Amino acid sequence: MAKVTIPIGPQHPSLKEPESFSVTIDGEKIISMTMKLGYNHRGIEKACEERTYLQDMYLIERICGICSHTHSTCFIQAVEEIAGLEIPRRAAYIRSLVGELERIHSHLLWLGVAGHEIGFDTLLMYSWRDREIVMDLLAMLTGNRVNYAINTIGGIRRDINADNIRDILKAVDTLEERTKYYIQIATQEVTLIQRLSGVGTLSFEDAKRLGAVGPTARASNLPRDTRKDDPYAAYGELNFKVVTDTHNDVYGRTLVRVGELMESYAIIRQILTNLPDGPIAVKAPRKIAPGEATSRYEAPRGEDLHYVKSNGSDKPERVKVRAPTLANLQSVSKMLENGYLADFPIVIAAIDPCFSCTDRMIVGVHHPDGELAGAMDWKALRTYSIDWYKKNRGVNFKIKA
Amino acid sequence: MWPGAMLKEVLCSLFKKPATHNYPFVKIAKPEAFRGKLNFFSDKCIGCKICMRDCPSNAIIIHKIADKQFEAEIRLDKCVYCAQCVESCPKKALEATHDFELASLSQDSLRVIIK
Repeated sequence: MAKVTIPIGPQHPSLKEPESFSVTIDGEKIISMTMKLGYNHRGIEKACEERTYLQDMYLIERICGICSHTHSTCFIQAVEEIAGLEIPRRAAYIRSLVGELERIHSHLLWLGVAGHEIGFDTLLMYSWRDREIVMDLLAMLTGNRVNYAINTIGGIRRDINADNIRDILKAVDTLEERTKYYIQIATQEVTLIQRLSGVGTLSFEDAKRLGAVGPTARASNLPRDTRKDDPYAAYGELNFKVVTDTHNDVYGRTLVRVGELMESYAIIRQILTNLPDGPIAVKAPRKIAPGEATSRYEAPRGEDLHYVKSNGSDKPERVKVRAPTLANLQSVSKMLENGYLADFPIVIAAIDPCFSCTDRMIVGVHHPDGELAGAMDWKALRTYSIDWYKKNRGVNFKIKA
Repeated sequence: MWPGAMLKEVLCSLFKKPATHNYPFVKIAKPEAFRGKLNFFSDKCIGCKICMRDCPSNAIIIHKIADKQFEAEIRLDKCVYCAQCVESCPKKALEATHDFELASLSQDSLRVIIK
């Protein structure tokens, strides 16, 4: 049969956000997939350069409605590193607490969406009902269900009291019971297992080579977790394990996410029992000293990366955001290869994509003769990074010939 | 193994109360920390305009109406309800209320002037 290329999107019922995919199929089988980003570009990075650091925090928080704490914390960490601010331990613990609550709500949301994509809407209804428990907790702690605005430069804005701790522990017990039920469903429900097994396979080698992050990487048995690799906030003092799985498919990604929910409950209990006393914020200057910093944060979807450059004024000179979905998009193409067209929605949904987080702009400068300049190739980028580390951090990497 | 592992839960739910709230008729309590529509106390305002400088969406404007008298113009359509102005105000002249039902068909009613 002849190969056919069909466009999917930008507006498509199975996708939650406008995104264009071009899928080449041979009968029912997918041969290859390419995608076109850019339908959600909002110019947030440029807008950040026009606002002060404090205003940017609220803007950055609105990059994503699901992982808003992720983006604001990641940005604030970079700003605090440039300014040389050390946040109080209590603030670090509460940042981790909100981060874990956010992970719980994101994973429960994903579980429902995945159920919906495979026609298992019962799971959607129940997991989203249980998600309300954690949404109420977030509202109680921070004031709002989304866009929590708990961070401020130098710490956090709201303290928690003994009543809050009691309420959180009670709700976490309920959630843990429900999650155990979902683990039971995920391991017993034969429709779920058969629908997800062998779909969207990504081998360990491919996950490593294509730079997969978050649950997508961990379901391919790649223990990549920023909370362990480069601990931030209070994670360095907490005891938890990185959940991995060897299924390599969408089923494995489901197991990783429900397993991570259980880890999150354990982390929250540790945070609340070891919560240090003291102030919640240090005073931050309005003008940040010149410098640059890169900050990493383990979002529910994977590693989030922010780069901030300061020129000494109260506004940043450059802000760069790399959302976890961008890191996972290369893996999606690989996962879809040799799969069926009917699996397309669930394979895309399995990385928990957020395209409006992802959409950034790169300006390629063309020479008069048509050659693309201004962008660095892999070799040049590698040489540059090795030189940068030698000059700025005193680390001497050996280049293999 | 048979399909239908959730069947028991589904059948039990038939005899449970709905998990949703009958919203416009039944109102649920909002959390203490909720950030809603802003309120302004003109007697406390000293006109330093720090709230205007810190607002991420230019939603608040302080006008001088007479000597040492100020009024606040609050744009409810621009406001992102972060309550940074409440925190920045050195004299506590602003507060976030629990009022959130602010939808309106005309833009004029979203421009609130508090004297």
